[in-house]
Amino acid sequence: MMELEPAIAGPVRPIGSRSTPAPLPFPPERPRSSAKMSTDDLRAWFGTQEVLKGVTLALAERQVTAIIGPSGCGKSTFLRCLNRMHETVPGARAQGRVWLGEQDIYTVDPVVTRRRVGMVFQKPTPFPFLSIRDNVLAGLTLNRERPKHAHAVVEQALQQVGLWDEVKDRLDRPGTSLSGGQQQRLCIARALAVAPEVLLMDEPCSALDPIATARIEELIHELAGRYTMVIVTHNMQQAARVAHVTAFFYMGQLVESGATEQLFTNPKDPRTEDYLTGRFG
Amino acid sequence: MAASLNPTASTHSVADRWFRGLTVAAAAFLVLLLLAILLQLGRAALGALQVFGPVLLTGRTWDPAGATFGILPFVYGTVLTSLLALLIAAPVALGVAVYLAELAPEGAKAPVTVAVELLAAVPSIVYGLWGVFVLVPWLRDTVQPQLQTWLGFLPVFSGASIGFGVLAASLVLAVMILPTLAAISRDVLLAIPRAQREAALALGATRFEMIRDAVLPQALPGIVGAMMLGLGRALGETMAVTMVIGNRADISLSWFAPAQTMASLLANEYAEATEELHLGALAFVGLSLFAVTLLLNLGARGLVRRVAGSAARSPGGAR
Amino acid sequence: MSLFRHRRLVDRLGRGLCGLATLLALVPLVSVLVWLVSHGARGLSFALFTELPKPFGEVGGGVGQALLGTGIMVGVALLLSMPLGILAGIALAEGGKSRFVQIVRFVADVLAGAPSIAVGVFVYTAVVMPMHGFSAFAGALALAVLMLPTITRSTEELLRLVPIHLREAGLALGLPAWRVTLSVTLKSALPGVATGIMLAVARAAGETAPLLFTAFGSQYWAWNLSEPMAALPLQIFTLASSPFEAWHQQAWAAALVLVTLVLLANLGARFVTRRARGGMAL
Repeated sequence: MMELEPAIAGPVRPIGSRSTPAPLPFPPERPRSSAKMSTDDLRAWFGTQEVLKGVTLALAERQVTAIIGPSGCGKSTFLRCLNRMHETVPGARAQGRVWLGEQDIYTVDPVVTRRRVGMVFQKPTPFPFLSIRDNVLAGLTLNRERPKHAHAVVEQALQQVGLWDEVKDRLDRPGTSLSGGQQQRLCIARALAVAPEVLLMDEPCSALDPIATARIEELIHELAGRYTMVIVTHNMQQAARVAHVTAFFYMGQLVESGATEQLFTNPKDPRTEDYLTGRFG
Repeated sequence: MAASLNPTASTHSVADRWFRGLTVAAAAFLVLLLLAILLQLGRAALGALQVFGPVLLTGRTWDPAGATFGILPFVYGTVLTSLLALLIAAPVALGVAVYLAELAPEGAKAPVTVAVELLAAVPSIVYGLWGVFVLVPWLRDTVQPQLQTWLGFLPVFSGASIGFGVLAASLVLAVMILPTLAAISRDVLLAIPRAQREAALALGATRFEMIRDAVLPQALPGIVGAMMLGLGRALGETMAVTMVIGNRADISLSWFAPAQTMASLLANEYAEATEELHLGALAFVGLSLFAVTLLLNLGARGLVRRVAGSAARSPGGAR
Repeated sequence: MSLFRHRRLVDRLGRGLCGLATLLALVPLVSVLVWLVSHGARGLSFALFTELPKPFGEVGGGVGQALLGTGIMVGVALLLSMPLGILAGIALAEGGKSRFVQIVRFVADVLAGAPSIAVGVFVYTAVVMPMHGFSAFAGALALAVLMLPTITRSTEELLRLVPIHLREAGLALGLPAWRVTLSVTLKSALPGVATGIMLAVARAAGETAPLLFTAFGSQYWAWNLSEPMAALPLQIFTLASSPFEAWHQQAWAAALVLVTLVLLANLGARFVTRRARGGMAL
């Protein structure tokens, strides 16, 4: 029913310095230049305050794009516009185009988009009234699609996030009985269980300890070849570790984006360099 | 030694201790008051209880002139009207709570909230007045004949359409407990962290699915608590019920029939009662009413607090 | 795709029902207000506020004694319950999470939810019977019992809203703790505390049940606390229960006066709280 990986790339507007991605440190699986999602002059407001001032950016298919920038630069808002979560905040609105494949997501029901574009939040958000198993299935049951092979779906999703061996004996315990890092991986499994095409992560490690963080980063590597991923992070080392492409936001604008290595070693814009060298932010 | 270094320290602490003692005494007074009420009502009811024993509770005859006292008809009337009221008010109140907590546009929230608060502020006697002159005629002339035409085969809709009776009392009670139910349920819904809602939306839930499948399950104990508080209010509500229920000590299946509640019995007879047994039996009614609302409160507050507490601890709640 | 259309339909339907429920809930309020204004306004007159009720058959008369009685009894109840309630509220706000505080808070909640008619019975057995007669004092006492828990809890909650640093600043100035409580904490919470008291007053002014067999009601001017006294809600009950059209008219007018007073107090309280909350956010 749902085609999982439409091969056609949407209308792409390569921006700034971004050319064909240079060979990347890892994972070297399938570097592609086609864009899975792209935004076109995306603007967003909270009330009268404009927090995104026209961002045009293409997100490469089955690659990890990191969005970095100082607090308040609009990076989370940008991410939340990609699955129309931004507009769920009272008084918030957005304008511009966001392409998912060939479709402008602002012309279809947000429910459809959110199904195709999964999201993982800053803090782990398992539903406290559901077991581990039912948390994994929550996306499907919320969409009224309890699958026939529920157990297989649960196992596969939990395998993907490396949680299966840790929890297979206690699938009926509440999702909240897990540790913080496990909860976050459970949430990733929950997002993956609905078979999204894109996975958005909003500072997914900021509430976790270093060991749990390392585990999630490892997971992002593993998933990189399969999903188009966008991760917002305030941690530059994390961006350098996990992303193929990095975009630097500053004061609601995209300053530059490019292959991670290139952006970190040879930034084009002085503001990027200032941020990377710690002169502000 | 210390006193010489800081000569005012001791005076300070004495004044502080006095003040502290005063406030604690005032707080303790509330506890004493509750005990005094229970004790006093118990003492007043004791005589009648000793004479009649459990028959006081199970007897179906209430005859002050014949010195026979059984309060079952009033218990029945109280429970029936209160449960009916809850049945009517609960779905509406839940709708209001969901609307206010989740759906209302920013501009509508404040006016609707104020309106619901005003609904709660209107005194019982005014609802009674409205019941007698607006609700009862409407029931008598429009609603009850219609119900009888279409659903008259049900025993609850049998009997003459006189307006005054169980149905009128239940409707007035429903209006009166609705604001309580709605306000507490709304607060309970708002206590569920935003992160939980976003998680559901991000999984592709529609807004309504988010409410039904992610928010309501977590809020359920609190909403049950709100209903218990509403039930407590309905059980003890006096004036409006007294004015529209018809005041007859019958146990009838029909919702059109007049009945009487424990509270309306007190309102009707207590000021005129002179016989010791009669007064005692009435005091027993008061005591039962007080004790039941106390128990309902005990349970309800526990439930409401559990939601507020667990919501604060639930994932994404500390934001 | 039909599953999706079905879900979207359910979504619309569910949201629509909630909106509909809200409209439905407001119908009684509108109906009550419309009837109050349309039937009550006709009965409004100067005499309503200043004169005694006339026996049936005579034209005119008012509910002056009931207004006075409500004023006196609510005033006395306020004098009794306000100091106690504020002190108890301070004890709760400053008592941390001790067992004592939890018990008192629970007791206050239970008392606030107690059926007012049962409080009337309590005061009857405790005061009216020993004193061998209905009295305004007994009525005021019953109202005070109803107001006390409300004032206690609202005072506590508003004191807890006062930022801790204000209190610490007072202590750091070398003020004794009781002075800090009264002239820093309580003072900054004062608008809110006053609001809580105003709401308690509004509620008490509308109470009928606890007065039925304490103050009992009266058709005459009464100043003496040891005599039966009229109250506006009691008077409305008497007027409404009568079979006379003219009295019903007067009942609506008196109810309009009562509701206006109560709603004004409520709206005023809302206004004050909002300002107080806004101020405290600094």
